[in-house]
Amino acid sequence: MKRILAKCYIWLLLAVLYAPIVFIAVFSFTESKVLGNWTGFSTKLYSNLFTGTMQGTGSLMLAIKNTLVIALIAATVSTLLGTIAAIGIHNMRGKGKQAMTFLNNIPMLNPDIITGVSLFLLFVFLHISQGYLTVVLAHITFCTPYVVLNVLPKLTQMNPNIYEAALDLGATPFQALRKVLLPLLKPGMISGFIMAFTMSLDDFAVTFFTRGTIGLDTLSTYIYTDARKGGLTPELRPLITLMFVGILILLIVINIRQIRNSSNDEE
Amino acid sequence: MKNKDYIIEFRNISKSFGEKCILDDISFYVKKGEFITLLGPSGCGKTTLLRLLGGFGNPDKGEILINGENITDIPAHQRPVNTVFQRYALFPHLDVYENIAFGLKLQKVPTDEIDKRVRKVLKMVSMTDYEDRDVESLSGGQQQRVAIARAIVNQPKVLLLDEPLAALDLKMRKDMQIELKEMHRKLGITFIYVTHDQEEALTLSDTIVVMNEGKIQQIGTPTDIYNEPQNSFVADFIGESNILNGKMVRDKLVEFVGHEFECVDEGFGENVDVDVVVRPEDIYIMNRTEGAQFTGKVKSCTFKGVHYEMFVDTESGYELMIQDYNAFEPEAEVGLIIRPADIQVMKKERTCNTFEAEIVDENHVKFFDETFECKPQDKFAAGEKVKVEVKFQKVELIDHPEEGMLSGEVHFLLYKGDHYHLTVKTDEGYHIWVDTNDIWDKGDLVGINIAPKDIKIVKCDD
Repeated sequence: MKRILAKCYIWLLLAVLYAPIVFIAVFSFTESKVLGNWTGFSTKLYSNLFTGTMQGTGSLMLAIKNTLVIALIAATVSTLLGTIAAIGIHNMRGKGKQAMTFLNNIPMLNPDIITGVSLFLLFVFLHISQGYLTVVLAHITFCTPYVVLNVLPKLTQMNPNIYEAALDLGATPFQALRKVLLPLLKPGMISGFIMAFTMSLDDFAVTFFTRGTIGLDTLSTYIYTDARKGGLTPELRPLITLMFVGILILLIVINIRQIRNSSNDEE
Repeated sequence: MKNKDYIIEFRNISKSFGEKCILDDISFYVKKGEFITLLGPSGCGKTTLLRLLGGFGNPDKGEILINGENITDIPAHQRPVNTVFQRYALFPHLDVYENIAFGLKLQKVPTDEIDKRVRKVLKMVSMTDYEDRDVESLSGGQQQRVAIARAIVNQPKVLLLDEPLAALDLKMRKDMQIELKEMHRKLGITFIYVTHDQEEALTLSDTIVVMNEGKIQQIGTPTDIYNEPQNSFVADFIGESNILNGKMVRDKLVEFVGHEFECVDEGFGENVDVDVVVRPEDIYIMNRTEGAQFTGKVKSCTFKGVHYEMFVDTESGYELMIQDYNAFEPEAEVGLIIRPADIQVMKKERTCNTFEAEIVDENHVKFFDETFECKPQDKFAAGEKVKVEVKFQKVELIDHPEEGMLSGEVHFLLYKGDHYHLTVKTDEGYHIWVDTNDIWDKGDLVGINIAPKDIKIVKCDD
């Protein structure tokens, strides 16, 4: 009895968690303009999305392109910055190290809206005209701590003498970094990159506050604007479904990688 | 001064981390081709000294010379030394061959020569056929061999080894010791070895540098260090020993455990307090008491494999450790003899506690930032700088640190046959030496009290 109850609980929990996305996915296969109205199975919305016959295709495609380009730049730059920062934090001692780790964690817990508003105010204060550049800068800002978070454990696990061993064998500090440190940090950097990439894709609040008034849209701001203008365009339902499936595949890949890595360690 | 026989010279090296002084004015030299061991308990500064030589960290003061050339400011990767690190520090992303070839590739050695040299060192450490193995799939002993191969393939002038065998099991360690010694002979280069294992140091070294608390305690050959320790720390740290308070009556005559013994030491003066060391295997024990220098009663007898280890209470109230091939039953009356050459007499480092102090008023004196009551006196005025002397046995230790005038931690213990001689480190980092019959353990937190009548105020020398 107890086990049945426990099982029911977990299924109920999963149902609540996944109901909204399942709902959208199901209704992406019907033509109805209004969400929640089943008018028979159809893949028309999908074909509209890809053939570009929907209303406002151009701006949607631009928004998708912007989202991906911004995420790619932000993830790349923050992986670079975050790795260097992690190495620096790792080499600090005592209270300074604790303080830096703490400071690194705050932006991740800080509500996006606060990050967004404060960046907006900063850019205004510095007289930086807002647009593409400010959005990219803002994304780098909130992505970097996630990279640090992923790289730091790799450094802690590493034998503390490894870097010194490379110097000892005649490597200059730069060669030691390139030939020994970076290869060992690579797994952490890759998961940091993926995390930064998804964080950037996902962001709405920060983008909204830092994009300025030049009409720059990412997917999230596009959907938001679209939904406010008389309801969600039906073709966005298949888009959302496809994105969810994409993220799902990415997560499965990451998990398989992690399982494979940990079983390697055990050997 | 440049001496051609010296490959390395340490000159007045000091190093602190924050408040803590790790190395305190270390100076010594290493002869070319020597196997020299830095030996001491953990935290004595031996690893720090080795790291300074490897180029990891700079001394606060002093300089390091290799072949007469000052290398203090030369970065690690340009020094003609290679290190075998504790826990090996192999590169896990490279296989055995690439690990060993790492240094040679950086030097742009031609590929076929790299190949030749890597194979040669692999043969030397008996790891032929392991080239393609993943280093993490190797056992501890094998990883250690690769780490040694990776260092010696670069043909350094000096090989530094930082507790390289510490992570291996006993049997493996013994085998590797023999191999290291053999390797040293074959290569003919200088080995600087760091360990806390005194047996390992005695087995391997040409010269041992015993260190404690950032200072060199003694430098000498293994036999010198074992047979003629220069202070009670060395005597206690190297091998088993009976360390006792004694008095040099005159040249070649020393008194301890209530008897006078002939010895070979001279030049201490007459009626001078000294420390006496007698190794447990150097006390002759026999069943009859006639012809013995002194007598005792066996308290316990334990079989230790090669010999028996016995604790004997002498009739004068001292406990001695004795090792002998024959067993003597507990409660047996035994006769004891110590030969003159087996008695090692050492100058006492100190005969009482001496602290720098300042007079507060006629019956208060301040030292260690604390005001103590003392016997009323009118010789010194308030504010005057003086010295305070307190006898070892007059310092009282209590269980509860908060109930003492000072609080501290038991830092070092020495059994002296009938009492313990403790070094207590106060929370402020000062040392106080205490003689006590109570049993304390290293690391015990204690309160420290000194009765007013036991504080003796003397004039400052200067």
